[in-house]
Amino acid sequence: MLTPEERQEIEAEFPRYPHKQAVCLDAMKIIQRHRGWVSDESLRDLGEILDMTAEELDGVATFYNLVFRRPVGRHVVLICDSVSCWIMGYEKLCQRLTSQLGVDLGGTTADKRFTILPIVCLGTCDHAPAMMVDNDLYRDVEADHIDDVLTNYK
Amino acid sequence: METPLTKNIPSNGNAPLDLKAYEKAGGYESLRKSLRMPPNAITELVTKSKLRGRGGAGFSTGMKWSFVPMGKDAPHPKYLVANADEMEPGTFKDRLLLEGDPHQLLEGMIAAAYAIQADIAYIFLRAEYKLAAERLGRAIAEAYERSYLGRNILGSSYSLEMYLHVSAGRYMCGEETGLLNALEGKRANPRSKPPFPPVSGLWGKPTIVQNVETLCNVPHIINNGPEWFIRLGLTADSGTKLYGASGKVKRPGLWELPMGTTIREILIEHAGGMRDGVKLRGLLPGGASTDFLTEQHLDVRMDFREVQKAGSRLGTGTMIVLDDHTCPVGMVWNLEHFFSQESCGWCTPCWSGLNWTERILRAMEEGRGQPQDLEKLEFQTKFNAPGHTFCALAPGAMEPLQSALKYFREDFEQHIREHRCPWK
Ligand SMILES: Cc1cc2nc3c(=O)[nH]c(=O)nc-3n(C[C@H](O)[C@H](O)[C@H](O)COP(=O)(O)O)c2cc1C
Ligand code: SF4
Repeated sequence: MLTPEERQEIEAEFPRYPHKQAVCLDAMKIIQRHRGWVSDESLRDLGEILDMTAEELDGVATFYNLVFRRPVGRHVVLICDSVSCWIMGYEKLCQRLTSQLGVDLGGTTADKRFTILPIVCLGTCDHAPAMMVDNDLYRDVEADHIDDVLTNYK
Repeated sequence: METPLTKNIPSNGNAPLDLKAYEKAGGYESLRKSLRMPPNAITELVTKSKLRGRGGAGFSTGMKWSFVPMGKDAPHPKYLVANADEMEPGTFKDRLLLEGDPHQLLEGMIAAAYAIQADIAYIFLRAEYKLAAERLGRAIAEAYERSYLGRNILGSSYSLEMYLHVSAGRYMCGEETGLLNALEGKRANPRSKPPFPPVSGLWGKPTIVQNVETLCNVPHIINNGPEWFIRLGLTADSGTKLYGASGKVKRPGLWELPMGTTIREILIEHAGGMRDGVKLRGLLPGGASTDFLTEQHLDVRMDFREVQKAGSRLGTGTMIVLDDHTCPVGMVWNLEHFFSQESCGWCTPCWSGLNWTERILRAMEEGRGQPQDLEKLEFQTKFNAPGHTFCALAPGAMEPLQSALKYFREDFEQHIREHRCPWK
């Protein structure tokens, strides 16, 4: 079941669009903000509010890179693998990150602290290579910085 | 040299002007002026200014607005959308405008919305631009408080609601009609055209989608007139342009310069030339989906026509520089990996062809390239040429590939011959 708080936040989005179906992405992001990810059950519950089937909602959810249909760690690391970052040392950075955390791209650490995902160009190419942890952007990242960055996230 | 777009942007990355400071710098003057003019007159001004879209395709902005049905019988609500999805690799120009001067975008949007008599405006923002979301949210709230938005703007009979829509990451959402589907809560597959969005867009109603940088030019055109705007450009194209450079140059960055500035000036004077120890091999002048140019093109002027004459496109105006210590085949593989992943899967040449393209390039990089691979890649560039696919994603993906096959052919051949990547 969606919590009253989630419902309230979702319904607060309705006036922004002429049809409530248009709220579906915002709604999935609200659910994800509360639970970390969007489960099948959440999609069914959401479908009831928006008069959409869970399949329709899943079609939308899976279109997006940042709607998580599986559980993720407490913090999500997004490492840019697009062209400017690739030229400026993405591979080295990625190697350090994955060996440091002991998981491959797409994986979650055993203690559920981090999930690492590749991300497309973060639009900060003059400060490549770049990565994000949760809402924070890190630019001009060197492999040796990784430790310092990660210690900020418990 | 005038820099209308960036003159209020703090160079140190500090917080942008708040509403009071923005007004003190002349902000929202164009809105007061617009409201005293008939809407069609704004469209006419913008058409006369020869403003062309800064999102990549370069379509005449005023002409696009003129397609919107006007008058008493026009369908309502009409919509205006600012395209702030900016996900083209190597492109980082709209971020500066969004973070650095959010009120400028709002002012441009309100004037554009008034010109087409839109009732609702959306800013379609990519998810990762957290700081921009925060600043835009604050700016919208400030604008409502001062009656620049909402019912009866500044006491006029014109009303406009504005909302920020934050996406969740997919390159196709930036494509005009994919964006419309995304806003309606559907998968961002493109729509067939006609009907074109200015006639039938969001929920079947007239809709204008415009790039952030395009919209930011509008207040200045209204304030200073089209002749002023035309004079800003050095060539047949008008205005200034945000140009950028990334890769192994001395000072990667972003600069507002007259439209038509040469590649040489951007690369050498502003970006400081190549880093010590590396040489220039080529560059993508306007983001990931533009053809490579090389050293012989340094004197090409970065405007719509001249870059096209040189065999590429101005695109977003942010160049990605390839140096001689970086493998061109690896770079193209990286690009095609992006396009293949971001293909929406709607049409076969794209989803299938880009996947094959990526696999062939990966095989080359991993020492498994075959002599017939070059032919296969060339086939893909024709298979996914403009007109063969539903939207411009796939033809765009072919641009760096086809030009790399032309300029760096020997590198591809060496990969196949030696069964390895010579850079590894
Ligand atoms: C795959 C794809 C992605 C696009 N992404 C963007 C984008 O992020 N921002 C943008 O302004 N235009 C983007 N465009 C171009 C838009 O389709 C459209 O032409 C543009 O927003 C129109 O605005 P303009 O005339 O002001 O440039 C993209 C096009 C394609 C084919
Ligand atoms: S060209 Fe690619 S992205 Fe565009 S509609 Fe076809 S499959 Fe989708």
